[in-house]
Amino acid sequence: MIPVLLIIIPLLAGVITFFFRNDKIVRSWGLLTSLVILALSVYGVSLSGDSSLLTAKADWLQSLGSSFFVRIDGVGKILTLLTAVSFPIIFTGTWNSQYKKPNSFYALMLLGQAGLMGVFVAADALLFYFFWELALIPMYFIASIWGGEKRIRVTFKFFIYTFIGSVLMLVGILILQSKTGNHSFSIQAFNSLQLTNKEQSWLFWLFFVAFAVKMPIFPFHTWQPDTYEQSPSAATMVMSGIMVKMGLLGVIRWVMPIMPGAFHSWGDVAMSMSVIGIVYASLIAIRQDDLKRLIAFSSIAHIGLMNMALFAENLSGVQGVMLQMFNHGINIIGLWIIVEIIERKTGSRRMSELGGLAQKAPSMAIFFVVIALANIALPLTNAFPGEFLMFNSLLTARTTQLYAILFTVFAGLGIILGAVYTLNMIRKTFYGETNAVTAVVSDLSINEKIALSVIVGLIIVIGIYPQFILDITNNFSETLANKRFIPQAIITK
Amino acid sequence: MPVNYYIFLSLALFSIGIVGVLTRRNAIIIFMCIELMLNAVNLLLVAFSKMHHLKALAADAATTAGSDGQLFVFFIMVVAAAEVSVGLAIIVMMYRNVHSVDVNFLNRLKH
Amino acid sequence: MKNVLQIVYLIPLIPLIGFLINGLGRKYLSKTLIGLIGCGTVLASFILSIWVFIQVKEGNVHTAHYFNFISVGDLKIPFAFKIDQLSSLFLLIITGVGFLIHVYSTAYMHNEKTDHYGRYFSYLNLFIFSMLLLVMGANYVIMFIGWEGVGLCSYLLIGYWFKNTEYNKAANKAFIMNRIGDLAFLIAIFWIIVRVGGVNFDDVFAVAKGEVQNRRFTPADITIITMLLFIGATGKSAQIPLYTWLPDAMAGPTPVSALIHAATMVTAGIYMIARSNVLYSLSHTTMTVVAIVGLATALLAATIALKQNDIKKVLAYSTVSQLGFMFLALGSGAYVAAVFHVMTHAFFKALLFLGSGSVIHAMGGEQDIRNMGGLSKKLKTTYWTFLIGCIAIAGIPPLSGFFSKDAILISTFNLKFGIVFYVIAGLTALLTAYYMFRLLFVTFNGSFRGTEEQKHHLHESPIAMTLPLIVLAFLSVVGGLVGIPEVLKGNDLIGKFLSPVISPVKHAHDIAHSTEILLMIIISVLVLVVIGFAWARFKNYRHKEETGFGKVLENKWYVDELYEKIIVQPLHNFGGFLKNVIDTKVVDGLVNGAGRVINYGSRQLRLLQSGQVGIYVLLMIVGMVFFFVIQFFIRK
Repeated sequence: MIPVLLIIIPLLAGVITFFFRNDKIVRSWGLLTSLVILALSVYGVSLSGDSSLLTAKADWLQSLGSSFFVRIDGVGKILTLLTAVSFPIIFTGTWNSQYKKPNSFYALMLLGQAGLMGVFVAADALLFYFFWELALIPMYFIASIWGGEKRIRVTFKFFIYTFIGSVLMLVGILILQSKTGNHSFSIQAFNSLQLTNKEQSWLFWLFFVAFAVKMPIFPFHTWQPDTYEQSPSAATMVMSGIMVKMGLLGVIRWVMPIMPGAFHSWGDVAMSMSVIGIVYASLIAIRQDDLKRLIAFSSIAHIGLMNMALFAENLSGVQGVMLQMFNHGINIIGLWIIVEIIERKTGSRRMSELGGLAQKAPSMAIFFVVIALANIALPLTNAFPGEFLMFNSLLTARTTQLYAILFTVFAGLGIILGAVYTLNMIRKTFYGETNAVTAVVSDLSINEKIALSVIVGLIIVIGIYPQFILDITNNFSETLANKRFIPQAIITK
Repeated sequence: MPVNYYIFLSLALFSIGIVGVLTRRNAIIIFMCIELMLNAVNLLLVAFSKMHHLKALAADAATTAGSDGQLFVFFIMVVAAAEVSVGLAIIVMMYRNVHSVDVNFLNRLKH
Repeated sequence: MKNVLQIVYLIPLIPLIGFLINGLGRKYLSKTLIGLIGCGTVLASFILSIWVFIQVKEGNVHTAHYFNFISVGDLKIPFAFKIDQLSSLFLLIITGVGFLIHVYSTAYMHNEKTDHYGRYFSYLNLFIFSMLLLVMGANYVIMFIGWEGVGLCSYLLIGYWFKNTEYNKAANKAFIMNRIGDLAFLIAIFWIIVRVGGVNFDDVFAVAKGEVQNRRFTPADITIITMLLFIGATGKSAQIPLYTWLPDAMAGPTPVSALIHAATMVTAGIYMIARSNVLYSLSHTTMTVVAIVGLATALLAATIALKQNDIKKVLAYSTVSQLGFMFLALGSGAYVAAVFHVMTHAFFKALLFLGSGSVIHAMGGEQDIRNMGGLSKKLKTTYWTFLIGCIAIAGIPPLSGFFSKDAILISTFNLKFGIVFYVIAGLTALLTAYYMFRLLFVTFNGSFRGTEEQKHHLHESPIAMTLPLIVLAFLSVVGGLVGIPEVLKGNDLIGKFLSPVISPVKHAHDIAHSTEILLMIIISVLVLVVIGFAWARFKNYRHKEETGFGKVLENKWYVDELYEKIIVQPLHNFGGFLKNVIDTKVVDGLVNGAGRVINYGSRQLRLLQSGQVGIYVLLMIVGMVFFFVIQFFIRK
């Protein structure tokens, strides 16, 4: 029941929002809805894995072999929780942003949330595909209506990019469906398929390209910095905080268990792509002057590491990714909130024009420094346990030992380079003397403080006691690692 | 009479129709050529219908096999008549507007 | 509270609470209250530490397990503290010296605005917390948490005056160079996990000693792990090649330099290696590398210190050099000597830094010794304590530095070619005496060379600053008594105390007691000669420009410039190349190119759409014929 509600509530609330006229009411309504969803999601997460409330099935397109089958499993829990936590934070943090036609904006945001929830809970491939597109479309409209100057060109590219990926995935889904005995789209049917190595390879790439574009992994990433830069901040937060997790979820749920053979044999390639991406994106981030683009490239590096940890094929990696998916979402939303505030107050995102904000806005500086430190995985912030587990998985990755060491070392360069660009960002933005651009800045307003306090609170709490997040996904990950990965014994043979 | 003759006749009629459609620019003549093609098909349908019927008769005197072909012919004639009425109306309107029934004059459709 | 070991968590927790109160309440609390909270929390930890130390001295060691920090599959990383001889000794140093420096800071930073004053003390408390975590952690991960935590506090405090861009750059440099070392440390931890399946010190050392079935380290593993840990230590403890951040770190307030960049944080690397002595003793290769790097750093930094004119820079390079000595000791297997030197160094180097702070305070922020001179008349307490510090670091008996430095020098005979190490180390010790007394004489003797305004302003510092100086001076004098070696009819208390944690050194080339005593005497005499030489040259110092080799030393062998040229610039350029060429032209170019091809193709195909009805029909027929042909001729 809960997964259905998680989809239906934002969907209905979103449609209703179109009819509101008053700006205040629209904002309150959006926040209220997102809080209701948060409560529901927390309740869902607190339930044990086999609770009947976490599953729902209804007839839908039966003749095609598809049904409305939704289920919250371990990874579903963590991602629905992330989605549910993010939206109130986003709505609170951007409360002061002005939009023309706020009702349409908020309506589309809520529709986007419905789509995202659907993606995370869908246990039927066709339904998954349906929500995959549903999540994309509201974001496309938001970016292309409320975006920056180059929005049309950029969002068009974004749309084409992700759409090509989606179409390849659809082909993959249809092929898989034709292979099942009773022509079913359900995930159980897919999981029990016995595919030959050649089939797995083809299918792997059909799916993986779609997910790699979404994450994005080098070299499929060029839509991302442009889109993040041009989109309104609220949409950027959704895209970078939550939507990129769709790609990781896709790998976890639709690639790993269904094509374990190809997942293993193409692991080296995928990991190489990711590790190149990490170093590449970090080096580019060092040279960025635009705050949004810098964070965008930093995100590419982080996601690359998560993807690597998945392909390391061990429990530590999977659990690390589970934890880190949540953390990355929270942290990057925090960064965007502050960047948005800076841009709104100074009219600039260029670090070369900023400086000295710590004098004018000390609270903002503190929040930003904490979140930025979480971004570089300092211990006792949330990202440390996640990155620790992921790096740990790399060294024991199921590949040759030399590769494992190389992957670990080069991915580790990301840690150093991450410190370089993050600290430079802090220094150029917040430290130093004020100038004409930054002299007028005032400190945070109460709603921004609330949103950022929640984020910082989560950062510290998870940083000190990450186990409560790890416990949510523990059973899921263990099952995945024990049942679905190719046994080590076969590999070493 | 063997059915071959009918086939060749309708083939000839159909080809004349095609060539007419392709080469002529006068809308009315194109129209007529289309009618010619339709009628070539009709002829073929009737011929085959008759052939099948005759074959079936040998086995069963009360059979109606093959008559469905002739039914189709009626459908086609009805549709063709409707088409002619609409098409001619269009041509009349076209003549009123541009004082021509030359189809190439109407290539503005491509824009 | 029957046993203090049950409440050891309070030791780091109290400074953490102080951090929270001062950090959150910095706008609402008064300076007095902030100072009280800042010092009080550390004092509380210090008292607890003494208590703990007494317990440990009676032989009660304790591992306190609180909760599982990370638990995934078989990998369990507990949040646990280990209280034993080594950590309790470090607890004393950290909280004791830390407390004195907190007290000193209340006066030194008194001109800051209240909220910045609160910020300063909250950082300082956070540092104490992290440092305590580092030494109390019962496994490598908790140690790493403290390790990065102190790095963070160092970053925050170096950049404390955040309006100054140069200071911020120094802060970034410190953090980033530390991160390079941290990465090696992390990889070492992962390597340990692969072999041991856990990170607890006890488990790791048990495997290393071969006490666990089915799990063991190969010699290659040991060498790799110890080398990686050592690289980590070179970052934190400012050794070649990662030492250049420490002199720049002098941008922070002087008490910070004393606490973090002299007494405590930079010795974390020594603590880590001493803690892992079981592993290190198994790898001869690593030990040799550690000794060589330590010696090279000691010598290099000492040569640079000869020609520096910034009072804090001299002390900074002196710190690097002394840390090099400690690594030399570690590399020679004399872990106790290294820890002993950490302790005595904490006393006299903190004293010297705080003394320099007192000078800077009196001079109104001036740090260049060329503009000082003759200060001994106005700053009597500072002068006398500074003098004690100089004597201690120079290694004149019976002050503390003598015993610890001598222990290190003697230990070099454990190494192959020990005599070479001994001679170079002895030479470095002489250089140390020379540059320290140069600093002393140039600063305090001769005539005053500053401006009239500064001269007028000169004054002795308030009691809150001189009291820590006196206490530290006292400790510098007597601190060595705990480690009087047996050759001098001493008890070697520290060695005995640490013996449960640190297995005693096996002397490979043991030298005769008479030789040892002879060497001590020779070195001491030479030091006195060098001091006399320094007195002759610098008692009436006049500044003149450096030329030739002196200029190379003044410019620190141009190492910073070299790093800039061969590492920073190429990376920067490469990043620019990736950003401007590869990403926009190649990768995005391919994507846009694909789009352009499609665009071009469709524009060409559009020409077929001529609007000529005839062509449409023709195409239709061609298509029909095409499929007809396929259907009837090809598929059969």
